[in-house]
Amino acid sequence: MRTVVSLTLIVIVAIGVIVSLSQVPVGAEAARQEGRLDQDGVNFGRYYNSRAVEETGATNVVASVVVSYRGLDTLGEVAVLFIAALGVVTLLGTKQERKAKREVEQASLIVFTGCRFLFPLILLFATYIFAHGHLTPGGGFQGGAVTASGFVLIYLGCRGRSVGPKQLSATESLSGLVFVMIGLVGLALGGSFLLNFLPRGTTYALFSAGVIPIIYVAIGLKVSSELGSIVGALAGEGE
Amino acid sequence: MIAFQTFLVLVMIVAALRAATSKDLMDAVIACTLVSLMASIVFYFLHAPDVAMAEAAIGAGLSAAIFIFAINRTERQE
Repeated sequence: MRTVVSLTLIVIVAIGVIVSLSQVPVGAEAARQEGRLDQDGVNFGRYYNSRAVEETGATNVVASVVVSYRGLDTLGEVAVLFIAALGVVTLLGTKQERKAKREVEQASLIVFTGCRFLFPLILLFATYIFAHGHLTPGGGFQGGAVTASGFVLIYLGCRGRSVGPKQLSATESLSGLVFVMIGLVGLALGGSFLLNFLPRGTTYALFSAGVIPIIYVAIGLKVSSELGSIVGALAGEGE
Repeated sequence: MIAFQTFLVLVMIVAALRAATSKDLMDAVIACTLVSLMASIVFYFLHAPDVAMAEAAIGAGLSAAIFIFAINRTERQE
């Protein structure tokens, strides 16, 4: 009896969701309603390639699609990564039982010095990738992954050193907050979430394209702290 | 150029078969890394440098490290 009732409820909710979602125009229908589709068919690729630079000010069209046209999807993507990191850290976060298990062997002096020398350079390169995401190929996700590989280098070469989990979670929360706050400010000023409310500036300049570089830096910090906490949980902190 | 890309794809196929059949997990991880590395070069030739950077950093770098950390905590042989 209970199964029948719950199945009926699920079917009713599913029908409601389908009916309300079918009213929302997506893809070609949305483009036709907003008038950015030519008569002979859909071509979003051609649209983005010809108009993205003047509309958003970002010369990297991929960045303008990821942050501006499809910004909400990017927020969801970052949230998925956050949940994955949360799962890994929760699963492996119990460090009391492993404390006495194995003795850590120190890396040799050459490896130790090399890792300490390379780590700031890797961080600098990652910062370059995500700060210039709106001008050149690359962006928040790529820069965050490069930062996390720098963290891997520290965990492998400089045993006993680790990235502070408190600092990681603080960076993660702050950058997520910046992302959502910018979206909400756009909603308040212009009536749509993640609206590009800042001036576009000169094309090809570092400070151009409005909110896109700010959001990309926030994404870069968020992704690097999430991946860094995954690596930290797996490599085992506090040996 | 087509010949070079064909060579890359062939290397990817061989490495993927090796990763699927190998009994040594460390071996399989190295083969997976090779697949990702070749894929990132192919993406670069297909004019997708953003995807190539992500594939090289995540596929060839981070995921291999994460797999090796996991193997280190469990067993090496399948």
